[in-house]
Amino acid sequence: MTSLLNRRSMLAQAACLGVSVSFLGRAAYAASEGDIAKRKLVIVICRGGMDGLSVSPPVGDPDYANLRGRIALAPFGQPGGALKLDDTFGLHPALASVHRLALAGQARICPAVATPDRARSHFEAQDVLESGGTVAYGAGSGWLNRTLQSLSPGRKIEALSVGSTAPLILRGPVQAGSWSPGGLEGRDERLPRILADLYAKDSLLGPALASGLETQSMAKAASALAQAQNSPAAIGQAPNTQAMAQPAPAPRADPNAPRQLGTTVAKFMSEPNGPQIVAISIDNFDTHANQGAAQGLLAGRLTYLDGVLDGLASGLGEDWNNTVVVAATEFGRTARVNGTGGTDHGTASTALVLGGALKRTGIVGDWPTLQQARLFENRDTAPTLDMRALFKGVLAEHLGVDRRALDAAIFPDSAQVAAARSVVV
Amino acid sequence: MALPSQAELDAAIAVTRFGLGARPGEIEAAKADPRGFLKAQIRPEGADQPTGRLASTPENIAVFQGLRRERQQMRADGDAAEQLKQLQVQIREIALQEMAARGRLAAATPAGFRERWTLFWANHFTVSATKGQVAPIVGSFEREAIRPYVFGRFEDMLMASSRHPAMLLYLDQAASIGPNSQAGQRRKVGLNENLAREIMELHTLGVDGGYSQADVTEFARALTGWSVSRGREGAAAGLAGASDPGETGTFMFRPFTHEPGQRRVLGKAYAEGGEGQGQAVLHDLAYHPATARHVARKIAAHFVADDPPPALVGRLETSFRTSGGRLDKLAETLIDSPEAWQPQAAKFKSPYEFLVSSWRVAGAAPDLDQPQRFVGSMTALGQRPFSPNSPKGWPDTAAEWAAPDGIIKRMAWAEQAGGVMAQTLDPGESARQALGARLSPEAATAIARAETRREAFAVLLMSPEFQRR
Repeated sequence: MTSLLNRRSMLAQAACLGVSVSFLGRAAYAASEGDIAKRKLVIVICRGGMDGLSVSPPVGDPDYANLRGRIALAPFGQPGGALKLDDTFGLHPALASVHRLALAGQARICPAVATPDRARSHFEAQDVLESGGTVAYGAGSGWLNRTLQSLSPGRKIEALSVGSTAPLILRGPVQAGSWSPGGLEGRDERLPRILADLYAKDSLLGPALASGLETQSMAKAASALAQAQNSPAAIGQAPNTQAMAQPAPAPRADPNAPRQLGTTVAKFMSEPNGPQIVAISIDNFDTHANQGAAQGLLAGRLTYLDGVLDGLASGLGEDWNNTVVVAATEFGRTARVNGTGGTDHGTASTALVLGGALKRTGIVGDWPTLQQARLFENRDTAPTLDMRALFKGVLAEHLGVDRRALDAAIFPDSAQVAAARSVVV
Repeated sequence: MALPSQAELDAAIAVTRFGLGARPGEIEAAKADPRGFLKAQIRPEGADQPTGRLASTPENIAVFQGLRRERQQMRADGDAAEQLKQLQVQIREIALQEMAARGRLAAATPAGFRERWTLFWANHFTVSATKGQVAPIVGSFEREAIRPYVFGRFEDMLMASSRHPAMLLYLDQAASIGPNSQAGQRRKVGLNENLAREIMELHTLGVDGGYSQADVTEFARALTGWSVSRGREGAAAGLAGASDPGETGTFMFRPFTHEPGQRRVLGKAYAEGGEGQGQAVLHDLAYHPATARHVARKIAAHFVADDPPPALVGRLETSFRTSGGRLDKLAETLIDSPEAWQPQAAKFKSPYEFLVSSWRVAGAAPDLDQPQRFVGSMTALGQRPFSPNSPKGWPDTAAEWAAPDGIIKRMAWAEQAGGVMAQTLDPGESARQALGARLSPEAATAIARAETRREAFAVLLMSPEFQRR
């Protein structure tokens, strides 16, 4: 009942803002397309260089404990120990929800994946990760945007990024929505129309405003739903504030916030016109000092990640079976602990692949081991899988993206990088 | 409607593109000589200093250390809860005061170009309050290591920022220890290459500046020993076995953590020289041609266009190189470059620029007694002061800031700010004062047709020309 009411008011509002056409048109497309049109994809970018050897600690690897010293996770079954996946790998104890999903066959790890970039610069590596190219700053658009381009002639797809700036991965010719929780809300119903007129010839502000208004309407419905499901602390529902006054408190302080963020995004995606493709950024994985083991800095970030993923999985409900989530980072960190209880910029790291209907378990790609001779430049986990191969595999198997588009347009000049097989099917 | 004269257009560009936006009367004042108006803001003593209840880095570090002591004490007796809370409030208050004082300066200064130039350099040498122990000293970092140097030599600012406790703590240098130093031999501790890498990548050469992983590691070894004094508490920390020299919270060199020996960076050998070894490398980085190129491109991209005209970049690069990194000369070169005066405004404002320029339209400035009002708005718009998410600093492109969510939040804020402005100001007059010859007939019409003054101000602040510079 509640959702019906919200839906109606949302459409009413959309109509009054002059954006109802794409709203209604979208539903017609989706209905005619069958199974694949229901499929959803979420890419979580963990920025700062997430330490793969802590995300999925290879506690069964004979060299692990020595290399890692005081930041090594304890073996399976010990207090604060890794959560067992197989004889070699576990998950960090902060990733309890991911572990629960893995035991149900709904999450797997890709323990030695890297982009083609080897410069160990955050910004260059993030650029390569998101642009899908081979060199930094080579493309002005992101590979998810180009995925939309390749799919959109056949079907209309909505995409959304979560955060107040637009990540490169979704930038490009197709206007993607963006949304962030909390903050400010306007009341003047004429203002959006006046501005839409004023922006009519503005190729930057016009599309951005239209998309923002569309998403705003959906956000109201989605956050109402999420709130009904998750009791405490509203998100995306800040009351109207006084002029130049303070907005709602930062969501990060609330331990329930990450899960709530995941649930709200999930509700967005479950809306009949909701986005099929979503990008979420999580910052602050750059753990040069005192990163901790079972507890500490990194554990805090992984708790946040775990909450978002859990919120997505539970919030999507039935749709979880149509969804794949990939969490990836720009590079891993050094295999050895450094002098300050942290790790420096490295090469391969772990990516997480989650979804309600994964067909396989076990790791994606090979494990190079941590033997000294196998370390990349005697320093980092050696990559055994190209990040593009992982993404290509997911796009092909899950969204039915054409191979030629993958090799040329989405990941330029990547024909020699074969899509990983059997990632989700 | 008569076409604006060149002088009118240049005056509007001087104040809104080079400056931080027009306060009432400012464009008029610049009209006689727009370039001279800007050059008059260049001065050897550097930037303006924000005023308010602001303390030095050592004082602020002392507060932070007090918090740390209280926490340890609490574990011992569990009785200090009230005092701990007070300290936390105090630290939060320090950060809020710094943020509001800086916002107030930007909104009120008659020298908008000087302040924009300063903000550029503060962002170039980013330290961020997102790291807890750095939060109370990001403001004092900017006041001590950036503002005095913005029209001096690049090398001096590079040196000052690299040696400042905020940078040493933010990028983990303070705890980096040479593996073969006395301290390294005694305990299982070692190198942290974070600062060395970011100096090369972000502050000097740029990511394509031709350095290797080996150069980063060697530079990190040269920098070992650069640290922050803990004063009398140095003894308790157990590193020296005695008190640290110098005042708590100031730069100090710890010889027993410095990696001994000669270093090789970018093909050049640096003899063992203790503290001076790192300085020698920094000196060479400051004058490296890749640094000139990196800085030139970044300035052109900030002031003129996300993808700046190569001729402008070349001009700035030459100025930087031939003047030995003189930043006053660099600012003059920018002002004298015709590419910077193109009528088409190509830069989309960041949230900070948007808010500050809105305050300037109103001829007002944030209230230091209610810092949360200003800081809260900035947070809601996605740019909490002093808190970028990475050492790269804030983004500087339309592609990143003109996200749909960003536009929606600006619109909501503009509506609220418009409500305040409407109480005392006339929107048509404010539009002319704010944009001068840059005000388009379309925006002027939309402002005139608004139903309420509040709405008219929201339209002004959200107009394409006000959103750009």
